[in-house]
Amino acid sequence: MRILPRTVSATVYTGFLVLLAIAPWIFSVIDEPFYLDLLSRGLILAVAALSLNLILGYGGMVSLGHAAYIGIGAYCVGIPAYYDFYNGWLHLGLTVLVSGLFALVTGAICLRTKGVYFIMITLAFSQMVYFTFVSLEEYGGDDGLVIYLRSEFPTWLSMDSPVALYYWIFTVLLITLFFIHRLVHARFGRVIVGSRFNEDRMQSLGYSTYRYRLSCYVISGVICGIAGMLLGNFTSFISPEMMGWTRSGELIFMVVMGGAGTLFGPLVGTAAFVFLEEFLSRITIYWHLIFGLMLIALVLFGKGGIHGWLSAFDSEEERG
Amino acid sequence: MDWNLLITQVLNGLQLGLLLFLLASGLTLIFGIMDFINLSHGSFYMIGAYFCGTVVSMSGSLLSGIVVGLICTFAIGAAVEWFIARRLYRSDHLDHVLVTFGLILVFDTLVHMVWGAAGMAIPLPEVLNGQVSLGTLVLPTYRLVIIMSGLLVAAILYIMVSKTRLGMLIRAGASNRTMVEALGVNINKLFLIVFAIGATMSGFAGMLIAPITEASIGMGNEIIIIAFVVVIVGGIGSIKGAFYAALIIGLMDTLGRSYLDDVLELSMPTKYAETAAPALSAMLVYILMAVVLAFRPQGLFPPAGSK
Amino acid sequence: MKIIPKLVGSALLATAMAGAGMAQADSVKIGFVTTLTTPAGVIGADIQDAVNLALEHIDNKMGSLDVELIMEDDGFKPDIGKQKTDKLVKQDDVDFVVGYIWSHVLLASMKSALDAGKFLISANAGPSKIAGELCHENFFSTSWQNDQTPMAMGEYLSQQGVKSLYIMAPNYAAGKDMVAGVEKTFKGNVVGKDFTKWGADAQLDFSAELAKAKASGAEGIFIFYPGKAGGAFIKQYQQAGLQGVMPLYTVFTVDAIALPKLQAGGLEGVLGSKMTQFWSPDLDIAANKKFVDGFLAKYDRYPSFYAAQAYDSIMLIKSAVEAVDGNLGDMDGLRAAMKAADYDSVRGKYTYGNNHMPIQNFYLREVVKDDQGRWTTKIVSTVLENHQDPYAAECAL
Repeated sequence: MRILPRTVSATVYTGFLVLLAIAPWIFSVIDEPFYLDLLSRGLILAVAALSLNLILGYGGMVSLGHAAYIGIGAYCVGIPAYYDFYNGWLHLGLTVLVSGLFALVTGAICLRTKGVYFIMITLAFSQMVYFTFVSLEEYGGDDGLVIYLRSEFPTWLSMDSPVALYYWIFTVLLITLFFIHRLVHARFGRVIVGSRFNEDRMQSLGYSTYRYRLSCYVISGVICGIAGMLLGNFTSFISPEMMGWTRSGELIFMVVMGGAGTLFGPLVGTAAFVFLEEFLSRITIYWHLIFGLMLIALVLFGKGGIHGWLSAFDSEEERG
Repeated sequence: MDWNLLITQVLNGLQLGLLLFLLASGLTLIFGIMDFINLSHGSFYMIGAYFCGTVVSMSGSLLSGIVVGLICTFAIGAAVEWFIARRLYRSDHLDHVLVTFGLILVFDTLVHMVWGAAGMAIPLPEVLNGQVSLGTLVLPTYRLVIIMSGLLVAAILYIMVSKTRLGMLIRAGASNRTMVEALGVNINKLFLIVFAIGATMSGFAGMLIAPITEASIGMGNEIIIIAFVVVIVGGIGSIKGAFYAALIIGLMDTLGRSYLDDVLELSMPTKYAETAAPALSAMLVYILMAVVLAFRPQGLFPPAGSK
Repeated sequence: MKIIPKLVGSALLATAMAGAGMAQADSVKIGFVTTLTTPAGVIGADIQDAVNLALEHIDNKMGSLDVELIMEDDGFKPDIGKQKTDKLVKQDDVDFVVGYIWSHVLLASMKSALDAGKFLISANAGPSKIAGELCHENFFSTSWQNDQTPMAMGEYLSQQGVKSLYIMAPNYAAGKDMVAGVEKTFKGNVVGKDFTKWGADAQLDFSAELAKAKASGAEGIFIFYPGKAGGAFIKQYQQAGLQGVMPLYTVFTVDAIALPKLQAGGLEGVLGSKMTQFWSPDLDIAANKKFVDGFLAKYDRYPSFYAAQAYDSIMLIKSAVEAVDGNLGDMDGLRAAMKAADYDSVRGKYTYGNNHMPIQNFYLREVVKDDQGRWTTKIVSTVLENHQDPYAAECAL
């Protein structure tokens, strides 16, 4: 294993991770605790974007319903908390179970379709979840639920202070990055990426691509569910609005803005998205215009997203 | 059973269905022929309503508002095709989704800057504001106007697609684009026209509904998702499919809203039925689409000879 | 970016100020969260205008302190609302967090503001939870609790001897609160009830429901449709020919934002329709005259009730800041002063209950033409006097 990263993009990403690791210290020195909140939210969304990237970027499965898993994860914190069950392991276990099960059942149906049909059927399922939670008056309907206490973990794992929660999120992010890195470089990942380009070929090689893709879909759903669990803890408030289809759309932009199908792309894409949302909106109430023009320019002129620009600095033989 | 109520509700469903058809027919052609996903199709719906409303409030004539609105949406549709969509026909669907979502933000914000955040009311001439009595049935006149206009446009579209050379090219394009290109047809011009006509029909739908609901920012984003459901259920590229699917979904939605709570009350206490009925009726169209996609992914009426 | 100088600056400051007490503030910082984008931005714009007018009326001074106002847009989203509240509390270190049109945005944001020890003043949203179990000593409202206004309407309908009523509202929490409120006090028979789809893709075509209402033969129709849905409903109500057949009773639907548009659209059907409200532009009180005339002069339109509540929120803060002589560290003094509600409210004198929700009058208003032909609302009678919300007992304060 090399100590120093070799390419420009890898150097940037390493620097970025180091910055993230010491961010709470930086913000406490400059006395800007708000930026830690902003960053916490950004990293939670980054975990969700990473999970979407697993199916969208590597597997070519464009889901327009991924925000449903954020909602499911958040309600797996909110509903037990409503009945005064605050045990963090219970919340985490429930999140993994429910989001995994939901991904398994809907994925089994969705993966019978391809391309734009896949986009629409994932949208359909997420809308069904959305309307279900809107109608659950016991849990606040679309007014949502306030979570009084964060998930309770042993002291060394506590989420109670903003800094502790931040490191929780940061750790989940690191684990997710590492896990996805290992996954896509294992045979599993090669089958997923292979079946994106030529499914028949992978099938003729003897792989049951459907099962691989379904497993990939379930893994992605579970990771996104965990992001939702973190978001519920972070905002201390959950509502069905978290899983509207425009939220799913935003996740897609984060992935594509950073660079779909690359390990770090979704992370920098999310960072850029959250940064723009916060600071453009301080300049003018018409900031959506700037944002929209940027999206259009990104697609027309900026192939490969932010990762694409960064790796343009990498020398030829090191790319790839 | 109140038969008058049922007939009224069926007509209401028909009206919603025809509006959806006006949106979905353009969408399905753009989708089927250019393989382009246009999320911003609903922006033309909004723009049409705003242009029409502005002209009506200046001139006082609904007709001139509609004419100006149609011309404007045609021009803007053509411009979007010329400057943006045309560069992306060969990119993947993801790029289409991103670019057209960007366009939605741009159009929504521009409307906000030009006309303000408040919606715009479009006054109707006195004749259209009243009611028509058919026996014991009393219906708002303007609802009937919407139904008539929708049917008229559908008929014109049918004649155009089935009887003219342009229509022949459109049909051929929807079934097999490569073949049309190979035959030396000026494909750029065909795409431009189809895109602009689609935009115009979307704008027309917006102008029809605005006197009822007002023109407002983002009004197109609310209906465009349902229009996509219509396209998928009907079969991509199929005008006929879009027509039937639009009517099915329009009727299903309206009848669901009117009768679902009564139906549910047969099997559960009123308290729960009151809560479950609106949620279920909002979900109905998505359930329909999921079922269609799971069992008949090519849609109910795919265009003849398509892959 | 200002980060580097700030880094150096704050390090220097930290040394300089070590051990020293906090200097007396020379300004009152007010963070105002409202909705400026999305179609609902039209409400936020009205509120913003009212706040600016209020600051103009007080010369931007509260006692000897200058007022520093920071407006934030919640984008109609709870999590953005919370993020902006966090920013106001942590970055700008405001003294008062004010605003909030929507119940869900307020519920999402309240913990951020209250946990940081700030005062939170709702200038509109009044969900039952905040009036009841979630009530907090540092929370105040210059509006009302959701149930109160429809309760007044139910009371009026019962007084009038209306026997059967058709009810329509959007299918979300506030919609259900409104319906529950009117049902609490309406003694007649509810012959039909529809909850319609709400949210980003809200239902705006009510043809199916209006047909049902018409078939039901009810003596009146009660609706709650805030924002653009209200205008759409009234158009269709008129087009369906219900005007004169089934009188229209509303809450939070026909307001100063909707009326100019309805007038432009020529929807005479709304003239004469009745609603209940805690305030009206024609309320004959000196403070209200100053507010309404100032608003008309500056913006050439009538203020909405949202504007009235926002204007009051600034005046409430001013009264508290002056009561403690600008010593913003005196939380107990500020709280006691606000609780006294000792200021010239545009609604007239009111008091605060244990849950810091106003105990106030509710009036019956009617849509009329003013002397210049503009459509506005006029008070007909007082329906409820010094009314307290039904959740106050659930509040432990």
